[in-house]
Amino acid sequence: MNLLTILVSTVFVNNYVFARFLGICPFLGVSQKTETATGMGLAVTFVITMASAITYFVQHAILDPLGIGYLQTLTFILIIASLVQFIELFIKKASPALYDAMGVYLPLITTNCVVLAVTIINIQEKFTFVESIANGLGASLGFFLALLLLAGVREKLELANVPKALQGVPIALVAAGLMSIAFSGFSGIV
Amino acid sequence: MKLFKIFKNGIIDENPVLVQLVGLCSVLAVTTTALNGLSMGLAVTAVLLGSNIVISLLRNVIPDKIRIPAFIVVIATFVTLLEMFLNAYLVSVYRALGIFLPLIVVNCTILARAESFASKNKLVPSIVDGLGMGLGFAFAVTVLGAVRELFGSGTILGGTDFVINVFGDAYQPAGVFVAPAGAFILLGIFIAVFNVVINRKKAKN
Repeated sequence: MNLLTILVSTVFVNNYVFARFLGICPFLGVSQKTETATGMGLAVTFVITMASAITYFVQHAILDPLGIGYLQTLTFILIIASLVQFIELFIKKASPALYDAMGVYLPLITTNCVVLAVTIINIQEKFTFVESIANGLGASLGFFLALLLLAGVREKLELANVPKALQGVPIALVAAGLMSIAFSGFSGIV
Repeated sequence: MKLFKIFKNGIIDENPVLVQLVGLCSVLAVTTTALNGLSMGLAVTAVLLGSNIVISLLRNVIPDKIRIPAFIVVIATFVTLLEMFLNAYLVSVYRALGIFLPLIVVNCTILARAESFASKNKLVPSIVDGLGMGLGFAFAVTVLGAVRELFGSGTILGGTDFVINVFGDAYQPAGVFVAPAGAFILLGIFIAVFNVVINRKKAKN
């Protein structure tokens, strides 16, 4: 498949957040400010792209030859967990401010379903190595875009007069729904 | 009495979907029909029950520093078992849940219960907690699935032998309810309604 097609498709047309409902927890959790959204988006991009590359090798060099494909879920989640641990140490050292801002959500990348989903979909769709990385990059950029857009909307919502019951997550979900309608306008491009 | 409180806690006071707002990916994705929602709910309940039991039994053995990876291994094992079981005996459910079946591993509900409850409590309360949280999850996804199905396809119990065409054949299904956008908006409204009900109840007491 054309790499550009994969990228455009995963960022806009089949956006992992709006069309496939993946990564909703951090999507709602860290989208209150654009600043934290950026940090989270970068961290996720790094983890997903790395995870795509590593899981590709693990699947084709270890799991397939040994005929233990059923351990896929278990193996992949462990790889992702270690990667997250690594990036946590790295950010803690490189940028304490960013580390403070993301706080509890950094370890939660492990349970961000986009990461595991991308690695499993890479294998299911029988992507080559380069295509896997393109898919991972596209998925994370799509997630980043969605997160950033929602954070922008929610910053404005802070100033709006929202009914009490809808304050916080409910109104964010409604906003996400409207954005999802907008994104469905991309369907048919690819 | 205390056990009943733990159970009720999972279904109402700390409902994982409507109050704690965790595990929302699978909530939104598989609730196109009530049946799919229920399947997902029961799958999550099964894994949650299994992981709560094992983690509660091992809580004094697992070293504190590596507890999260250990929990994930336990959860992933149960998910893999469930995947194999469904693939062997209930292929239609296996197909309907698709990628969201392996993704139960990263359903934050399960890890959250392992971390905040099962790793600190004895076996019996952990079982009750797993059941309560799992059924609370199942309740929320089934209701959401039923509403989306009703307006989006105009049916009740679609996919079973008891399909009812509520609005008759002339009904034009409102596609937006089955589309992702409808899922987001409906869940938002659901949470808001749940908030109002809970707050009224609290105000009364």
